[in-house]
Amino acid sequence: MLEIKGLTATVDGKEILKGIDLVVPQGEVHAIMGPNGSGKSTLSYVLSGREGYEVTGGSATYDGQDLLALAPEERAAAGLFLAFQYPVELPGVGNANFMRTALNAVRRARGEPELDAVQFLKRARAELRRLSMADDMLKRNVNVGFSGGEKKRNEVLQMAILRPKLAILDETDSGLDIDALKIVAEGVNALRGPDFTAVVITHYQRLLDHIVPDRVHVLADGRIIRSGGPELAHALEAGGYASMIAEAA
Amino acid sequence: MNAVAQPSALQVRAQDFLARYEGLKDRLPGDAAVRTAAAAAFARTGLPGPREEAWRYTSLRPLAEIGFREPLGPLADCAALLAGLPAIEGPRLVFVDGRFRADLSAVPSHVTVRTGTPAFGTLARLDEKLVTLNTMLAEDGATIDVAEGIDAGTLLLISLGSGSHSHPVAFHPRHALHLSPGASMTLIEIAMGAGTYLHNPVTSITVDAAATLTHLRIQNESPDAFHLSTVYADVGARGTYDSFALTLGGRLARMEVHAHLHGEKAAAHLNAAQLLGGNQHADFTTVVAHDAPATASRQTVKNVLTGHARGVFQGKIEVARVAQKTDGYQMNQALLLSPDAEIDSKPQLEIYADDVKCSHGATVGDLDPDQLFYLRSRGVAQAEARSILVRAFLSEALDPIVHEEARAAMETAITAWWERQSV
Ligand SMILES: Nc1ncnc2c1ncn2[C@@H]1O[C@H](COP(=O)(O)OP(=O)(O)O)[C@@H](O)[C@H]1O
Ligand SMILES: [Mg+2]
Repeated sequence: MLEIKGLTATVDGKEILKGIDLVVPQGEVHAIMGPNGSGKSTLSYVLSGREGYEVTGGSATYDGQDLLALAPEERAAAGLFLAFQYPVELPGVGNANFMRTALNAVRRARGEPELDAVQFLKRARAELRRLSMADDMLKRNVNVGFSGGEKKRNEVLQMAILRPKLAILDETDSGLDIDALKIVAEGVNALRGPDFTAVVITHYQRLLDHIVPDRVHVLADGRIIRSGGPELAHALEAGGYASMIAEAA
Repeated sequence: MNAVAQPSALQVRAQDFLARYEGLKDRLPGDAAVRTAAAAAFARTGLPGPREEAWRYTSLRPLAEIGFREPLGPLADCAALLAGLPAIEGPRLVFVDGRFRADLSAVPSHVTVRTGTPAFGTLARLDEKLVTLNTMLAEDGATIDVAEGIDAGTLLLISLGSGSHSHPVAFHPRHALHLSPGASMTLIEIAMGAGTYLHNPVTSITVDAAATLTHLRIQNESPDAFHLSTVYADVGARGTYDSFALTLGGRLARMEVHAHLHGEKAAAHLNAAQLLGGNQHADFTTVVAHDAPATASRQTVKNVLTGHARGVFQGKIEVARVAQKTDGYQMNQALLLSPDAEIDSKPQLEIYADDVKCSHGATVGDLDPDQLFYLRSRGVAQAEARSILVRAFLSEALDPIVHEEARAAMETAITAWWERQSV
């Protein structure tokens, strides 16, 4: 279970998160929607421990563990995964090597045996096929020369390989055509189960047609202003954020 | 009263080298006339000093403070150093303290090799002071000849500083390598050692028409050593001198390469990586003379600097009037992993032809925090993430190395270097 209480955070001295309260019970998938600049990415970075995002109050725990006290790599070892809104390019780092290094780092931290190159490739290829991706994706440098859609799919591939217990997907659907969107949704749905908890950040209701969330939250100006069932996403699509923000004010 | 100027430390050292020469000259092998001329020149010019443009960033003062002698005494067995050599198959020429050691070597069968006499050749000029010093004091060296059209495979040229003397020693090997038309070879040079010494090799390389030399160097000298090497590479029409030099060792190091592209479509790749920590200083200095049409030169130099290390790259490209359609490219990149590390970069283009393509660039920076965070968010610990990004920074230089064992040896040396740094 992910439990966020009164979380406030600043970037460059500017308060961006102004008191977030959010509980995502074990095994549930929640969606966070909200206008540009409302603090969605900031929340995902704070939860994953990016430098420069200063927590000024409140708490965030996962299964009772204080997430905010951990280094980013320790959060990953604890089962957290962030699919980046803007995946980072790593020239000179092969995708397969990158993913194997990550997987083995996480496995080591969990006391599981490491996978050798052959075992890893077998697993990676199986995931690639399930996500309808080309094998050569593994040979390329991480995200270098990838199209926007390929980058997003590469995030989903990493998630499928690392099998996190808690995933945050930050606008993984943005800029995808409908086929790519379905692939991303399948990637998430394949992991769904009692041991998988997820926060899906999106602008558009259309992703939520494919990943049906247990709850939908609306983030505006650093606060969650509304929460509800999947129908809230439809209400948003119809009415827009402005009226909802006005209503909440 | 007459004020007598105190000689500088560099002058004192130069006098000392001259005195060494006077004591040894009757016993030194090879062309005595060349040596006499070199000694006369060295007596005039001495060691390069800070007022010279080419030595603005690299001071030989630390060297001047040490009294070097000749490596006399019983043959060192070098067991520990030999055990530390990378596992690369093939024939090898091993020099210990600058002297050829037949007992440790495996002479190649398909090329001509002569040792015991320094090969002065015709390329080295007396306007390079360290070359003059080498010419004056060289005791030994390898002269290698590859016949026309022969693919000579791989040859290792290994220099060990034995560290078995009670005093710092200096050695000045003099090598010459000639590839006849259409010949090819991969020369892998490895320099290692223990203790304090000066290794001042000069190598003259002649690549004839349509010949190809791949020259891979691993400079992993002792942390107290001085490595000052000069390479002259003359390349004929459609010939290629393809080199990569990895600098990891030494307290003070300079590699100087003079490439002369004198035949149409001759090419030179002068790539290098300098990985430095502590108080190390290393300098990679190149002069590429484009002297024929459609010649090409490529230089990618990567520096990874930690601690108080200082890296220098000086790259000069000269394009003669005849050298139309020249293509020259030069890039110097530095990763500064500590606030006290420093890089000095001096590109120089002298272009007298009008139809040429020449470019140079430089980048300096720390590791990218976004890339670090991306790796860490995937579970990779900070130290490993940094190591991955340093390796990635070097990949552009390392990945093109075709010789698998040499590349693996470089990877191993880089990993060991990284583990010695506390960053
Ligand atoms: N690195 C940063 N430096 C300064 N301001 C930032 C930085 N990152 C985000 N912000 C600001 O924080 C606010 C929230 O941004 P973000 O979390 O990216 O919003 P969202 O993901 O909801 O679009 C915006 O006003 C943005 O300008
Ligand atoms: Mg965002």
